[in-house]
Amino acid sequence: MSAIQTWTLIFAILTFSVYIYIAYASRVSDTAGFYVAGGGIPAPANGAAIAADWMSAASFISLAGIVGLAYNGYAGGVFLMGWTGGYVLLALLLAPYLRKFGKYTLPDFVGDRYNETARLVAVLAAIVVSFVYVAGQMAGVGLVFQRFLNVGTTTGVIIGMAIVFFYAVLGGMKGITWTQVAQYSVLIVAYLIPAVAVSAKVTGVPLPQIGFGKILEELNGLQADFGLAEYSGAFTQISMPNMVLITAALMFGTAGLPHVIVRFYTAKSVRAARYSALWAIFFIALLYTTAPSVAAFTKLQIMKDLNGTTLADAPGWFNTWSDVGLITTASGAPVSELGSSSFGYTDVMINNDIIVLASPEIGGLPAPIVGLVAAGALAAALSTASGLLLVISSSVANDVYYKKINPQASESQQLMVGRIAMACAILVAGYLGINPPGFVAQVVALAFGLAAASFFPILVLGIFWKKATAAGAAAGMITGLTVTMAYMIWTIDIYGNSAGIWDIPETGFGTIGMLINFAVTIVVSQFTRKPSPQMQDLVEEIRYPGRSKLVAAHQEGEL
Amino acid sequence: MDDQRRQEYWRKNVRLMAVLLSIWALVSFGAGIIFVEPLNEITMAGFPLGFWFSQQGSILVFVALIAVYVWRMDKLDAEFGVEEVEQEVHHS
Repeated sequence: MSAIQTWTLIFAILTFSVYIYIAYASRVSDTAGFYVAGGGIPAPANGAAIAADWMSAASFISLAGIVGLAYNGYAGGVFLMGWTGGYVLLALLLAPYLRKFGKYTLPDFVGDRYNETARLVAVLAAIVVSFVYVAGQMAGVGLVFQRFLNVGTTTGVIIGMAIVFFYAVLGGMKGITWTQVAQYSVLIVAYLIPAVAVSAKVTGVPLPQIGFGKILEELNGLQADFGLAEYSGAFTQISMPNMVLITAALMFGTAGLPHVIVRFYTAKSVRAARYSALWAIFFIALLYTTAPSVAAFTKLQIMKDLNGTTLADAPGWFNTWSDVGLITTASGAPVSELGSSSFGYTDVMINNDIIVLASPEIGGLPAPIVGLVAAGALAAALSTASGLLLVISSSVANDVYYKKINPQASESQQLMVGRIAMACAILVAGYLGINPPGFVAQVVALAFGLAAASFFPILVLGIFWKKATAAGAAAGMITGLTVTMAYMIWTIDIYGNSAGIWDIPETGFGTIGMLINFAVTIVVSQFTRKPSPQMQDLVEEIRYPGRSKLVAAHQEGEL
Repeated sequence: MDDQRRQEYWRKNVRLMAVLLSIWALVSFGAGIIFVEPLNEITMAGFPLGFWFSQQGSILVFVALIAVYVWRMDKLDAEFGVEEVEQEVHHS
C-alpha cells in the first residue's frame, strides 16, 4: 500500500467515524425532526449544511477542471456565475416567504398554495430531479474509492451506501444537517490547503484569488504557444446569447431545486432563513472563487511541465495519473504509445478531475494532503447524496403516504414510512451508482434546466401573485417540463439534431422552458377559478413579518 | 401593524428587492457576459476586467448583495417594530 493510500484510508476512517458519531448523537424520534430537524438549526450551521448539500462531488472534483481544461477559462464562467447567482434569487424571492409559509417540503407548498393535482406533479418532478442527481453522487463515491484506494467501484458504492444509510435513516434531517456541517468543514479545508500551497508555489502569493491575476498573462502566452485561444478571451467557445441562456438556466435551476429549498424550512425563523442564505453563499463563494484560481495555476503548471518533454523525464504526477488511465494520448490511447518522442500539452488528453486530484502533487505537497483531498471529495459526495435522499423520502412519506394514502397515520407510522422510503431510495441510488445509465452525466447538468422550467416560475408567482391559480400552475409546470425535456431528448446526438434550434444548447434551454412556464401560468390563471379568498389572504400574510393568526392556523394544519 | 403600515413595509421591501436584483443582473449578465469585451480592455491587478467579473467579481458581488439584503431587512423590521425574537417554531 502506497503512502497516499495509507493516508487516504486514515482520513476516510477518521471522518466517517465523526459522521457516525454525530448521527448517533442527533438521532430523532418525531417527524418534524426527521423532515426539517425540528426547524431549529442556527443560521451559520444551516448555511454550512446548505453549502455541503449544494457542493457535490462534481463541484469538488470536477469544477476546476471543467473551467480550466474543458471550457478553456472564460466560458467556464457559466458554471461559476450560474451556480452561485441562484442564491441571490433564493435569498430575495423565495427563502423568507417559503419559511413563513411553513410546512416540510416543496410539494407541500405547491399542494397547499395551489391544489392536489399540482402537488402530485411537484412530487413527481421532485423525485425525478433528485434521483437523477443522487445517482451521480453515488457514482462519485465509488470513483473516489477506486482512484485512491484501488477497491472496486461496487465496493466503494456499498461502503458509501452503508454510511449514508446509518446517519440518514437514524437521524433524518437533524442527523443529516449536523453531519453536513462536519462534511463542509472537511471539504473546505481539503480544498483550500492545496490551493493556497499551489498559489504560493506558482505565483508567490498565498491568496489564490490574488495570485490568479499574476499568472494570467503568462498563461495566455503559453496557450498561444500551443495554438490555443486566449484563456481570458471572451466567446471563444460559447457565443454570447448561449452564455446568457446557460448561465440563466443554472441560476434559475438552483433556485428551483427541491433539496436546496427544503433547507430554508430547517431555519429557526424567517430572519434565520435570510441569514442562512447569507452564510450559504459565503461558504459556497469560498470554494467557487478558489476553483477558477486553482484551474489557472494548475493548467499553467501542467503546460510548463508538458512542453517538449518525453515519457522518461515526465513529472511524477504524470505517471501517477496516466497509470490509472486519466491521462491518455490525444486520441485516447495509453500514453506508452508516445514512445520516446517528445510531446507537449496538446498531444495528451487530461481528464478534468486531474486538476483537483493532482494539485497537491503538482504543488509538491506530501501524501497526507492527498489523503485529505480524497476525504474532502467523499464528504462532498456523501453530503449531497444524503440531502437528496431526504427529499425523496420526505416526498414519499409526507406528500404521498400521509397526505394521500393514510391521513390518520400516527407520528410513529409516518416516521416508519419515512425511514423505509429512505432505505429503498438508498438501495435504488446505490444500484444506479454501480450501474449508471450511460446518459447520467449529461442528465445531471440537465436537471437544472428541468428545475428551472418546472418549479421556479410557479414558486415565484405563488408568492408574489395572489391570483395565480391551481390550473395555471399545473399547466405551467407540465408545459415547461415537457417542452424542455422534449428539446433535450430531441437534441441528443443520436437523433442527429444536436445543433437544435438557433444553436441553443440543451443545457441552456431550461431558460426558454422557464419563460414558457411563466407565460402559460399567467395566461391560464386569467381564465380559471381564482384561489379562495382565504388563500389569497394567506399569500398576503406571508409578506409581512410576525406571526398572524391565519399563518399560525395554516402551519398547525387547521386550514 | 395596520393595513397602511403593512403596505408601506411591503413597498419598501419590493423596492429593495428591485434594486438588488438589478445589480445582480448588471454584474453577471452585464459585466460578465454582454459587456465583457469592452471591459476586457481595462486591466486591473493582472485581470482583464470583464474576465474578472465572470470568474470572481460577480460571485463576490452576490455575497455582498445578500449581505445588504439581510442588513436592510433587519433595519426595516426594526423600523416597523417587528423584529423577530427567536420564537418557538411550530410545524404541523
